[in-house]
Amino acid sequence: GAQSKKGCSQEDDCSSLLSRLGSDSPRPRMKYGGMFCSVEGAFENKTLNFESFSPQTQRRRAARTHSDHYDGGDVLRVGGQTVVFPSGHTRENYSKREGDRLIIKGGKVVNDDQSFYADVYVEDGTIKQIGENLIVPSGVKTVDAYGQLVIPGGVDANTNLLTPQKGLNPTDDFYQGTRAALSGGTTTIMDHVLVEPGTSLLSAFDQWRETAEQRACCDFCLHLDVTRWHEGLYEELETLVKDKGVNSFLFFMTFKDKYQSSDSQLYEAFGVLRDLGAIAQVHAENGDIIDEEQKKLLCLGITGPEGHVLSHPEEVETEAVYRAITIAKQANCPLYVTKVMSKSAADVIAKARKKGIVVYGEPITAGLATDGSHYWSKDWATAAAFVMSPPINPDPSTPLYLTSLLACGDLQVTSSAHASFSTAQKAVGKDDFTLIPEGTNGIEERMSVVWDRAVSTGKMDENEFVAVTSTNAAKLFNIYPRKGRIAVGSDADVVIWNPKETQTVSAKTHNLTLEVNILEGLEFRGVPSVVISGGRVVLEDGKLNVTEGSGRFVPRKAFPDMVYKRIRARSKMAEARGVPRGNYDGPVHDVISMTKSIPPTPTTRGPPCPKTQTCLRNLHQSGFTLAGAQVDDHIPRRSTQRIVAPPGGRSNITSLS
Amino acid sequence: MSDCRRQWNREDELPVYLAGPISTGPNQRKSFGMFSSVEGAFESKTIDFDNYAVGRKGSRTPRSGSRERVLDAEGGAERSAGRRGHRNPERLLIKGGRVVNDDQSFFADVYIEDGLIKQVGENLVVPGGVKVIEVNGHMVIPGGIDVNTCLMKPYLGTNPVDDFLQGTKAALAGGTTMIIDHVTPQPGDSLLDAFECWQEAADKKACCDYSLHVDIPQWNETVKDELELLVHEKGINSFQVYMAYKDVYQMSDSELYEAFSFLKQLGAVVLVHAENGDLIAQEQRKILGMGITGPEGHPLSRPEELEAEAVFRAITLGNRVNCPVYITKVMSKSAADTITQARRKGSVVFGEPITASLATDGSHYWSKNWAKAAAYVTSPPLSPDPTTPDHLHTLLACGDLQVVGSAHCTYSTSQKAIGKDDFTLIPEGTNGVEERMGFVWDKAVAMGKMDENQFVAVTSTNAAKIFNLYPRKGRIAVGSDADIVIWDPNSVKTISAKNQQSASEYNIFEGLECRGGPVLVLSQGQVVYEEGKLQVQQGTGRFIPRKHFPDHAYQRVMFRNQGKEAVTRGMYDGPVYDVVPTPKYITPAPSAKSSPTSHQPPPIRNLHQSNFSLSGAQTDDNVPRRSGHRIVGPPGGRSNITSLG
Repeated sequence: GAQSKKGCSQEDDCSSLLSRLGSDSPRPRMKYGGMFCSVEGAFENKTLNFESFSPQTQRRRAARTHSDHYDGGDVLRVGGQTVVFPSGHTRENYSKREGDRLIIKGGKVVNDDQSFYADVYVEDGTIKQIGENLIVPSGVKTVDAYGQLVIPGGVDANTNLLTPQKGLNPTDDFYQGTRAALSGGTTTIMDHVLVEPGTSLLSAFDQWRETAEQRACCDFCLHLDVTRWHEGLYEELETLVKDKGVNSFLFFMTFKDKYQSSDSQLYEAFGVLRDLGAIAQVHAENGDIIDEEQKKLLCLGITGPEGHVLSHPEEVETEAVYRAITIAKQANCPLYVTKVMSKSAADVIAKARKKGIVVYGEPITAGLATDGSHYWSKDWATAAAFVMSPPINPDPSTPLYLTSLLACGDLQVTSSAHASFSTAQKAVGKDDFTLIPEGTNGIEERMSVVWDRAVSTGKMDENEFVAVTSTNAAKLFNIYPRKGRIAVGSDADVVIWNPKETQTVSAKTHNLTLEVNILEGLEFRGVPSVVISGGRVVLEDGKLNVTEGSGRFVPRKAFPDMVYKRIRARSKMAEARGVPRGNYDGPVHDVISMTKSIPPTPTTRGPPCPKTQTCLRNLHQSGFTLAGAQVDDHIPRRSTQRIVAPPGGRSNITSLS
Repeated sequence: MSDCRRQWNREDELPVYLAGPISTGPNQRKSFGMFSSVEGAFESKTIDFDNYAVGRKGSRTPRSGSRERVLDAEGGAERSAGRRGHRNPERLLIKGGRVVNDDQSFFADVYIEDGLIKQVGENLVVPGGVKVIEVNGHMVIPGGIDVNTCLMKPYLGTNPVDDFLQGTKAALAGGTTMIIDHVTPQPGDSLLDAFECWQEAADKKACCDYSLHVDIPQWNETVKDELELLVHEKGINSFQVYMAYKDVYQMSDSELYEAFSFLKQLGAVVLVHAENGDLIAQEQRKILGMGITGPEGHPLSRPEELEAEAVFRAITLGNRVNCPVYITKVMSKSAADTITQARRKGSVVFGEPITASLATDGSHYWSKNWAKAAAYVTSPPLSPDPTTPDHLHTLLACGDLQVVGSAHCTYSTSQKAIGKDDFTLIPEGTNGVEERMGFVWDKAVAMGKMDENQFVAVTSTNAAKIFNLYPRKGRIAVGSDADIVIWDPNSVKTISAKNQQSASEYNIFEGLECRGGPVLVLSQGQVVYEEGKLQVQQGTGRFIPRKHFPDHAYQRVMFRNQGKEAVTRGMYDGPVYDVVPTPKYITPAPSAKSSPTSHQPPPIRNLHQSNFSLSGAQTDDNVPRRSGHRIVGPPGGRSNITSLG
């Protein structure tokens, strides 16, 4: 724990190249002029100039590559301190590593901003050169990409490979999950660490990371799901953000009495996240309504999977999205809505963005590829396979609509929300839909689905495809341009994409252990023909060649530019000021005897007040009594007559004209 | 006489012409449709007294004598007789006017007897000795209905300066002949007791007819019984719930869902005070922490978004429960737009802007004069956006908002000054009962946004329909109550605290000019306001009971009540994962908020180990365990129904 902490924070001093990229340091990417501009010099033809990389950079590269073989932090530290390569000797040192040097030839490099024909030279798990007529060492493996696209490997911003539900672990863990991801062209995943209420965020994170480092075949980041917010979490959050490389935290607005956070909690948490420079994510559904609807449906005798979608109607999602946006706006915190499943929820996000609110929306594979009519399937197992929340919308026009919003930039990121449970696990809820573990597959099909539904139909171009499958997620979560871009210095996570080929999804042929696939039988145009992860070819000629545990944890810094530039500017503007005015010195109604109805204090949720009899009895009598006989006893009392005039009488400031 | 109050619930005791229209019995208004005219309303006809008289001679007494029920039997009888002698013989003929209802306008005379409209038409045959009011082509409109007043809402033991007497006087002077006041019990109070207390006070003081909404300060089981009683026996069909005022009145979404469901069963209209109380509490704390204690802290801590958000949520809840929702006090453009959009999608939701939001804006919160700034404090606050009134009028004109209330609740400056060092303590409320109709005319009709019929609809008819007072109120038709206003569209008046009826010392519309106003106001067939002079008698206002299931709100809801159906499929008989009977992580019970630090078994320990164990040695003990392996195959193996092809 302590060691790895050190290792991460060391990053600043060990890599001059990387620390410049996407960091919030004094010389950030900002100077290039905004989020969609190119990285300087990325498209120039150039020869390799090894001198331009400082010794420090080499060292850093070494450290990172080494970490493939050991677990995480320790290695970073070890590498950083002990492995020192003088410049110029790098090639010899690395020539033994198989697949470390590659040249991708003849392809069309597609980034989110432009496409161009160029070769890409990869060494040490990093892209070293881009251009034509590259000068490369001999004995380099050539990957043929003629007629195909060379795109940055996909970033799947939402997976649940380890999240237990109702005591059941997903059938696909980090190994099978990342294997499937790679086979679909995704080279980085961001998994959700579910922290059960009452447990330590840090220990959950460490456990998760350890497991993932042992099992994952591709690079990964971690989001933390905070299931019970309280102020005591501040220190842990601070440690996670500053030392552990986590900059995104998910809150649940649903799962009542289990994970659900109240509006007050969300507001407080969002405020803390803003100060730390992290991104708030929400699972947006109104848990209170869902809870009531579930009870109602079970009473009606509806116990099958159709009850799931009936109890999670679209409006409930939309309402929560609206509320989350309102809270985020109030707290001035960037918001990322996971799993946008319905048209109306997507519309709310689009409208909020038009009003200038910093909010991002993430549709998922299932929502983009299929609809919720299957919940009414006569086959229980099929219907149950679709159970996830928010549910897949029964409206068949939803996928098209979400794709359109994705194409025009109103939604930004596609993910899979992959959480796979076998039919036998789902069958735990065979007599009660509320017990069915929630989750669908999609990690493998994600990129093909977007290509097929958006690019080959003409809604989106190839650059936007790269943006929504990879670059935007990398920018939002601050791993850009290390991930999400084909550029010199970026990680060699590269996919050769074949837009012409088609594949048919089937549970028999997919790379998961799951025996069902919700996209069964659907045909998608566009498949990855070669996948390179960390500089190594993992998919070629239809064969997967992955190494368990080769995935590295990718730490993410706080204050991602794409998100926080605006937030910062607004924090400065948003300071409210009081009106300077003289003290009110006019009469003040006397509320001395108000003990009979105590003004409720903001924080106490006291038991219902005892019946206050006086409150309603003598309504025309003043609220207080003076002891003894008074001069005006003969005058009937009326409220609002008793005022306490200040000595000196009324002053100007209270005149009412 | 003592059992007069009982008679309220017995329809057959009511006059024939009333029993029909208001009831929800089998022969109800439904057949006419909501915007159709009342049958025969516009025909010229002579009065047929026999029609009403058969066996019903004495049945007027219960209605006009409703207030006597609080008196003891003998005294009541005497007073009742006396008052009838004084009031009832009045017979009036309004001549030469243009009758304006919400659906059409036409020239006709109106004959009034016994506080009811007896004839509408030309060349009426009327008895001799009738007082004739010549109106020379002025508009004759149904008296206004102000659906939102708080004339007795206590704040820290003090009551508003306008009580039922002052408030209804002001109402009548502005052309409003009926108010619906909010009964505001405190948490823990009995709703019934509060209701009776309000009714008693109003019976003694009100000068115009009134009805009551009951606010539900908290949701629990005892409230349910009281609600049932109020709906079925007391003639209340509308209840307000709060989404704001955290830890006092605020209900959680679950409670709201339950409340909505219950009120729907009762056929009541749910009124919602829509603001996100959780966030307001947070913002208030923040703003006080910044050292802002003046009235400007009020709008700063209650930004428009929080209102719009709560409106959105209330509508969502209403849709889920399938229950009509009525949003009180629509103060901002975004809240109004939210209602508009929901209506486009078919939600049964009504929106009520108030005088203050229609005539002024929230820039005054930043006034240098504390007293002035504090006078505007109400919640939701007036929007600081100066284009808000215009926008709300436009939506009123096109029917996206339906009802104009006043939310009249006046506190004196000294009462407001309770919060001089802390804006959260300033009692909330603004005036507006007197100016309500005038400003709608001035800013909507005189501007050409709205026609006179829509004016009648938003100031009177729609409210009568939603709250089931129609056509007794809200219409000039034979059989309706003689609550009539002669409206002069050309009169110009400058609003000032000096010449208002309200007892408050400050008027938030001070200095504004307002075109259009009442020349003459009839309440229960009596002239109560004429040429600027009020002639009212304290306690003449009657409580008007309202039946449940108002057609206007509930017809659509009823049709939508179709149930959901389950899919009929064979039993799943495939393998079922074996779940451990005692879950490793105990989910917290709904109510128990255990301390956040309470230590639960760490969930992240053995992630690759299954969550259950079989006791004793197993055959596969040598195989390392992985989750997802353990399934229990049913006897007989897999069946067809689980095949996944």
